[in-house]
Amino acid sequence: MRRYSAFAIAREALRYHQGWERAWASPAPKKRYDAIVVGAGGHGLATAFYLGRNHGITNVAVIEKGWLGGGNTGRNTTIIRSNYLQDPSAAIYEKARSLYETMSQDLNMNVMFSPRGVIMLAQTEHEKRGYLRTAHANAAQGVDTEFIGPEKVKQLVPIINIDGPRYPVLGGLWQARAGTARHDAVAWGYARACSAMGMDIIQNCAVTGIETEGGKVKAVNTSKGRIETGKLALVVAGHSSELAEMAGFRLPIESVSLQALVSEPVKPCMDVVVMANTVHGYMSQSDKGEMVIGGGTDGFNNYTQRGSFHHIEETVRALVETFPMISRLKMLRQWGGIVDMTGDRSPILSKTPVGGIYVNCGWGTGGFKAIPGSGWAMAELVAKDAPGPLAAAFGLERFREGRFIDESVAAGVAH
Amino acid sequence: MSARVEGYGRLIDRSKRVSFSFNGKRLRGYAGDTLASALLGAGQVMLGRSFKYHRPRGLVASGAEEPNALVGLGEGGRFEPDQRATTTELFDGLAAISQNHWPSLAFDVGEVNNYLARFLPAGFYYKTFMAPRGAWAKIFEPFVRQSAGLGRVPMEPDADAYEYLYAHYDVVVVGGGVAGLQAARAAAATGVSVLVMEDAAHWGGRAPVDGGEIDGMAPGDWVKAALDALEAADNVTLRLRMQGTGVYDHGYHLGYERVADHSPGDGRPRHRLWRIRAGRIVTATGALERPLAFSGNDVPGVMLASAMRDYLVNWGVAAGRRIVVVTNNDDAYRTALAMKAAGRVVAAVLDAREVVTSPLAQAARDAGIAVMEGRAIAEVRGRARVKSVLVTTQAGAGKAGEEIRCDAVAMSGGWSPVVHLWSHCGGKLTWDEAAAMFRPDPDRAPTGADGAPFVLTAGAASGALALDACLADAHAAGKAAGKGAGGKASRKAGPKAVCEAEAPIAPVWIMPEGAGPEKRMKMWLDFQNDVKVSDVQLAAREGYESVEHTKRYTTLGMATDQGKLSNINGLAVLSQALQQEIPATGTTTFRPPYTPISMGAIAGEARGELFQPLRRTPLHDWHDAHGADWEPVGHWRRPYTYLRAGESREQAVQREVVNTRENVGMLDASTLGKIVVKGPDAGRFLDMMYTNMMSTLPVGKCRYGLMCSENGFLIDDGVVARLDDDTWLCHTTTGGADRIHAHMEEWLQTEWWDWKVYTANLTEQYAQIGVVGPKARQVLEALGGMDVSKEALPFMHWAEGELGGLPVRVFRISFSGELSYEIAVPASRGQALWDALMEAGKPHGVMPYGTEALHVLRAEKGFIMIGDETDGTVIPQDLGLTWAISKKKDDYIGKRAQARPHMADPERWKLVGLETTDGSVIPDGAYIVAEGVNANGQRNMQGRVTSSYHSPTLKRGIAMGLVLHGPDRMGEEVTIPRIDGSEIKARIVETCFYDKEGAKQDV
Repeated sequence: MRRYSAFAIAREALRYHQGWERAWASPAPKKRYDAIVVGAGGHGLATAFYLGRNHGITNVAVIEKGWLGGGNTGRNTTIIRSNYLQDPSAAIYEKARSLYETMSQDLNMNVMFSPRGVIMLAQTEHEKRGYLRTAHANAAQGVDTEFIGPEKVKQLVPIINIDGPRYPVLGGLWQARAGTARHDAVAWGYARACSAMGMDIIQNCAVTGIETEGGKVKAVNTSKGRIETGKLALVVAGHSSELAEMAGFRLPIESVSLQALVSEPVKPCMDVVVMANTVHGYMSQSDKGEMVIGGGTDGFNNYTQRGSFHHIEETVRALVETFPMISRLKMLRQWGGIVDMTGDRSPILSKTPVGGIYVNCGWGTGGFKAIPGSGWAMAELVAKDAPGPLAAAFGLERFREGRFIDESVAAGVAH
Repeated sequence: MSARVEGYGRLIDRSKRVSFSFNGKRLRGYAGDTLASALLGAGQVMLGRSFKYHRPRGLVASGAEEPNALVGLGEGGRFEPDQRATTTELFDGLAAISQNHWPSLAFDVGEVNNYLARFLPAGFYYKTFMAPRGAWAKIFEPFVRQSAGLGRVPMEPDADAYEYLYAHYDVVVVGGGVAGLQAARAAAATGVSVLVMEDAAHWGGRAPVDGGEIDGMAPGDWVKAALDALEAADNVTLRLRMQGTGVYDHGYHLGYERVADHSPGDGRPRHRLWRIRAGRIVTATGALERPLAFSGNDVPGVMLASAMRDYLVNWGVAAGRRIVVVTNNDDAYRTALAMKAAGRVVAAVLDAREVVTSPLAQAARDAGIAVMEGRAIAEVRGRARVKSVLVTTQAGAGKAGEEIRCDAVAMSGGWSPVVHLWSHCGGKLTWDEAAAMFRPDPDRAPTGADGAPFVLTAGAASGALALDACLADAHAAGKAAGKGAGGKASRKAGPKAVCEAEAPIAPVWIMPEGAGPEKRMKMWLDFQNDVKVSDVQLAAREGYESVEHTKRYTTLGMATDQGKLSNINGLAVLSQALQQEIPATGTTTFRPPYTPISMGAIAGEARGELFQPLRRTPLHDWHDAHGADWEPVGHWRRPYTYLRAGESREQAVQREVVNTRENVGMLDASTLGKIVVKGPDAGRFLDMMYTNMMSTLPVGKCRYGLMCSENGFLIDDGVVARLDDDTWLCHTTTGGADRIHAHMEEWLQTEWWDWKVYTANLTEQYAQIGVVGPKARQVLEALGGMDVSKEALPFMHWAEGELGGLPVRVFRISFSGELSYEIAVPASRGQALWDALMEAGKPHGVMPYGTEALHVLRAEKGFIMIGDETDGTVIPQDLGLTWAISKKKDDYIGKRAQARPHMADPERWKLVGLETTDGSVIPDGAYIVAEGVNANGQRNMQGRVTSSYHSPTLKRGIAMGLVLHGPDRMGEEVTIPRIDGSEIKARIVETCFYDKEGAKQDV
């Protein structure tokens, strides 16, 4: 892998950038791999990356139905935070956040992690008490958060309407080290690093069947042929249930459409990320100048990656109320992504009823921020055939035992 | 210097001068102008700066696809950034400013990026700014942010209003050009209701500019006749200035009507968003011309051939005095002929095709225009305005030949149908090799619930570019739409149109074909975002092969025109770089909206007071007039406390608590949910809903009930009263009323649909007033009426009767531990009852109390509060509420879940009271820590505080919390850290701090 740097750009500029090599190779699948990761989104690629980096397993293929990073990795609102309430969540999201801090250097690709800070607004007394609780929990978890008053909120976000009229801002949970990153670059960076380790990233390769023998995985059948493996990680977000069905087990997952939208670009007016859960909406400003906006999920299950306009209305209303100046900005583009929701809205990183098959799914509306931590924990699970401390609480058995990890306590919608 | 041409300008009224300003300069145009035509007419060629390199930019287009001419429009509360000049109607007093430059449009420091362009190729930022760590966020990113963005931000409150409109039509026709009008006529002839919307402020689209003949008339005259016919039909609605913005599932269609953009402040809403359910949608959205990719194609003065023609014919503005036309198809000859006819010099037509013998080319030759075949532009010279072009051969590598002096270039790379609305809901495209365009594939249309296509395309939007084919297609589409929407068959024939035959287009994606890397770095694809041919080729070289990867890596098509202008050029270049056919590359996904729409329009009326309108109890105004310190609770506001002059919030709460304990307090409990459950199976139903047994509750009695989710978690609580044999009244929490009603209905409708039960949410039908405290009975007795003695109305009973002449239902229930009555009256009598109670209570020292006193009173008694002691993860067993779980029932919702291993785990945290050793108040939300850390390095916990208050009664801090083995650890001391690291010590005690025997409530 030829390193990226300012010098490399200068060198290439002299020859009209004709000398750049491919970011990742595009090989045909081999007959057999030590491990196969299905799904070349952020989580799948990060899983492969840490299989190599932490566990020395590099005979790995990452196979992808479409183009890498084309699912929720490339459709989210790029928020990274770890101010979660429950211990297992705080642990994995904080691990992820800290890995984001060094990701550009680790991958030699600028993923533009920008710790610009995230505020979750408290707009009712009840919400305020909830965030005070999160702040206490975070203090014990080693997550750096603070409950701030309305004046500090206004100082951080001058464009906010602090007085309501409907829901005055009573303060907010502030995580200064939270922020945003360039979502596509995360996928590309991992893909490039995996490829450099000798792993095969195989795009446009749909899984059509999973072969098992004696309760253990044997091979996957794909649109590019049969590939053998002893370890199979299913990391396919919105389509987890379908893959599980191919392997002969079911997942407690529902798939719904989550929408987002951006405004036309304007000069910088908001440096931090604001989440307003009482009114259901969140907003940040991208480096390009667009206001990036997200809201809730559709109330019905579907796979369309579109979603209904009613949710856009609700979200925009909430944000016009919170940031009145945006009413004269224009919505440039809206889109949807399919998120897989578990009963407790927490992810699944787990062994499955089939030996050698592992699932990583159920990140719901909050997967992007978890990518490196998820990959780290998943790689450990796959490599050792047993979850490490980060993944331990997220096993499938928790649904049977009633051992939920419910974050809805702290996060109304935006997860 | 005016560029106006006498005798041209079909859309302007030269008798009406309109004055406006650009960057503070006073300019004049005419009624009917767009801001773009007026600026061009006033000689203003350079209008803005590009996004990345800050290059000078002028008009490229005349419509929605314009990427360059974006301005800041209006002032103060009516300022709007990023407004397209080409679709902005001119009005008197319009003020526009150019964007994205400093200090001025003519001299912009940011233009330094242009000279560094070679070092700033696509995606350069992914490859650098990485060292040292942290420098990105602290040094590089702030710089990038400042130089990116386009317009400045509106800061003043929006001076305008917006509104929604809901409508149903059998057929919606999008586009008011000849195709749209004909489709509407054909659809209307089937008898169905039809809505026609046109984005622009005038009807007719391109046809009146392009010429030809329809039914023996000039297109402009035919448009008038068609409009007359449509206006006369009573099943047709016509709307100008309304864009077909998005198509969603089930025929949901958004129409964005710009009602008052051209007459700001006239009292009308600025925008109106139409939410339409349509049986069929016909998109007659026309086609957009594509630029050609040659070196310097972004210099101001280079524009689309069709746009140059529009400015001349529609607005009487000549884009140049001496022009060069460059093309790969016949249509651009119409521009050459029009400019020549208007007295301008057409220096040459450079046609990339080797041999051109079509009638239009012949007409140009006959008019004395030099037609140069097989030619291309090697380079455009000029910085802020075209000075000349260097000619070369299309087949070559770009060796510069003849230099032609000119001040404008008209380019045409062919046409692309506008397929956005077709594609929004899943309509697929097919690549038409001969016409070099993606057009809708009618065999893969978006289908509705009936399996039939619900979006149809008409005219140029179908790919039928020639006038005759366009009208025939539109007629057929209109007829089919009408029939599909339930209309009768119509045999009416379509109009007959005549137009010039055209020679085939030659697909030209790079000009010249063999241009080297240096030239390709100057060929613009995405004009706004500065994406060039070289950038797309770089993306392909680096493996960003998917069209989505290329888009995201280069930002191609991500500008405010969303790729309308040149996405097809971009993906053709990508296809060439990947050596694959264009259909193999495909397109990016078309997403709503068609062009950006205001957030104000999306929010509509739901702003300020109308954003989630406040629910008010009958006593709301009284509270407001008596010092209520409001707290939002669900959709209500409830008094947190009633402030008296000079009091702090804390003092007010203490006063209310003490008075309620010593005398009597009054609480507006009207917000509590009141759901009536009625029917022969109501008892059976409530036995499933609640953990308690409700079917055996005698008429006249009340019972405290718990409700769980199917996962076993406690979701609500409240008092249930049995009103008669088959009627129960269920009280819920304030926030739970709607949710619990929906929860009941969900079970009734999905699981027990055959049970005979009705539910009704009567929350707002009753005012409910709590009269609480040792003197409560005396107050009620002073009112006169029904017997409220202990004997007649014991604790946990209810009775109906009259108090002070009002019809009441009185419940003997208590959430404070005091003697307490909750009195319900019809909402309209709420104020009368409240006033009467206040009057009767005066001698007893009655005071109203708010939600905080309510909380303190219940906490002193150890009563749980949903949302404090519960958080969606707590089961009744955690809270010591097993007494409220019936052992006699086979089942209730949550029972099975509560039997799961983790639910029965003795390690679950259990509710206890906590008493600080120093009497202080534990902070809200604090945790009780244990020794050591867990496997993830987090401090071990052994419990958490669920409620914490200062108790005025006990004059010390009291709290409740969930603690590991709590009930077995009475008297033990635990440690509770504050956020700042300091620690509080608390003793584990029973949850009830006050009147443990319950003597006071049962008197």
